Amino acid sequence: MTTAITTDRLDRVRAAAYRIRRHALDMGEVQGQGYIGQALGVADILAVAYTDQLHHRPDDPHWPGRDRFLLSIGHYAIALYAALAEAGFIPVEELETYGSDGSRLPMSGMASYTPGMEISGGSLGHGLTVATGMALGLRHQGNPARVYNLLSDGELDEGSTWEAALACAHHGLDNVTAIVDVNALQADGPTAGVLRTEPVTDKWRAFGWHATRVDGNDPAALLAAFDDMRTHRGSPAVLICDTRIGCGVPLLEDREKAHFMRVDPDEWQIARDQLSEGYHHA
Amino acid sequence: MPKPTTSAMIASFADPGQKTTSAPFGHALARLADQRPDIVGLSADLAKYTDMHVFRDAHPQRFFQMGMAEQVLLGAAAGMAEVGLVPFASTYSVFATRRAYDFLCLDIAEPNLNVNVVGALPGLTTGYGPSHQATEDLAILRGMPNLTIVDPCDSVDIEQCVPALAAHPGPTYLRLLRGNVPTVLDQYDYRFQLGKAAELRTGRDVVLISTGLMTMRALAAADRLATDHIDVAVLHVPTIKPLDTTAILRAADTDRLVVTCENHTIRGGLGESVAATLAFAGKARNIVPVALPDEFLAAGALPTLHERYGLSTDAVVDRVRTAMHGDPAR
Repeated sequence: MTTAITTDRLDRVRAAAYRIRRHALDMGEVQGQGYIGQALGVADILAVAYTDQLHHRPDDPHWPGRDRFLLSIGHYAIALYAALAEAGFIPVEELETYGSDGSRLPMSGMASYTPGMEISGGSLGHGLTVATGMALGLRHQGNPARVYNLLSDGELDEGSTWEAALACAHHGLDNVTAIVDVNALQADGPTAGVLRTEPVTDKWRAFGWHATRVDGNDPAALLAAFDDMRTHRGSPAVLICDTRIGCGVPLLEDREKAHFMRVDPDEWQIARDQLSEGYHHA
Repeated sequence: MPKPTTSAMIASFADPGQKTTSAPFGHALARLADQRPDIVGLSADLAKYTDMHVFRDAHPQRFFQMGMAEQVLLGAAAGMAEVGLVPFASTYSVFATRRAYDFLCLDIAEPNLNVNVVGALPGLTTGYGPSHQATEDLAILRGMPNLTIVDPCDSVDIEQCVPALAAHPGPTYLRLLRGNVPTVLDQYDYRFQLGKAAELRTGRDVVLISTGLMTMRALAAADRLATDHIDVAVLHVPTIKPLDTTAILRAADTDRLVVTCENHTIRGGLGESVAATLAFAGKARNIVPVALPDEFLAAGALPTLHERYGLSTDAVVDRVRTAMHGDPAR
């Protein structure tokens, strides 16, 4: 089955991605800093996932038939909260509590805190192992739900990611989709200097995965790739997404790349203005 | 060079001629799975060596081979529990605790999932040396919130605890005894109850507070000491966490000699748990700890090693005699 990438779908995703970025900027301003660069980079992926691909029921986050979206990169929670608000799991007004005492939206994503958050990420290299078991279990139960795991290129350093990659391929888990956010940056600097992971696509293919690499900030390319992976059978699929840190806000795109980006108080409004301008004049 | 008389291939801690039961864990799990369709089994290339093969052969559609990869073994077990299955995941204790700790902690214990981790070769139950001897697994795991820890004595304990572990809603860790496992507790008025200690025999002079296979040794030592007119009670503590502090306080808050017996390093196991229980209740007193030394142990035959490191029945008897009379005279 091929679903056409209509203008309607594309517009809906672009609008959602804009709002996810806008929410992320607002949340970043609450704390004055944070993983805002990564959130802006991954917004298009989350927009496609949450507004176009995932089967879910925001009013029933534990619905057994839902597709599972596992965020192993706990610090990307800021972006996922924005996507969950966009999808209706949490009220948009709640986003302003991000990272505050008593909030359901902690800095690092935790399943017990937030509706729609499937796992507690943060210790990297866990998400794909849990996805493996969920996918084995769902298939065993005859449940057609799919399991998505968003992981970072830095997480490819972790041996457990590759243990899980072997297991998914060995068990033919075509209900698993891994999404690798290749922003080429990790905590101590550029990925190429910290621990080289390229050629990423070749590695996944060698492990037996159906691998596709796209521009992770191109909604049309993402839609086509997600559609392809949803229909692929016989092996797990991985979508390798090259993303730009700070994407959509030139002020932050051009800033020296940092894992934990500082934004001055007067810059948040400039960032919002640039985001709005870019979206409305695209 | 003298001809070696014992071999590291002597891998059983059963006494010669002792009644044993084959693969009690595997058979118990297979039986439980006949009743409960949500039971699944996983192993990390050690199904044959953790008695999981019995379950695998009985329920092949419900067994999942994860390869020699303990992190995905436990992560995947968590994922299966997340979708409503009740996994038993088996490997050696050293790998479950040392190698995959973060996965047990964050994917299983933190979300409080019903995943049952089954670790073979706990303490000193192999002569293969430190790579396989999980002498500190209790010390590693006791600090993990939500985790229930069971150290069974024999085949009776194992058969009875498997359904209890599955029925318990949170995560568990079982110190597995595998292969031909001694059958001892059928001689006593005993039923395994999760979280409960059991007084297997009463005695006026000494109380042995024991866990795991050391309860078997404690019972044998008590019989031997009775011939010396030393009256020895045995309190079996199969659940290490949560600890039955009520039963321990009741047993230890007397003028009897208190001896703890465990197949585990002296650091962070039953002995220290009992000492802490007493001190925290304002009942601090002397305890004689029978436990493995705080060192990496040698390779060799199990009977030799149990004698050398103080886990044999003889060694327990000597410790009690010394404590009672100041010398281990026989």
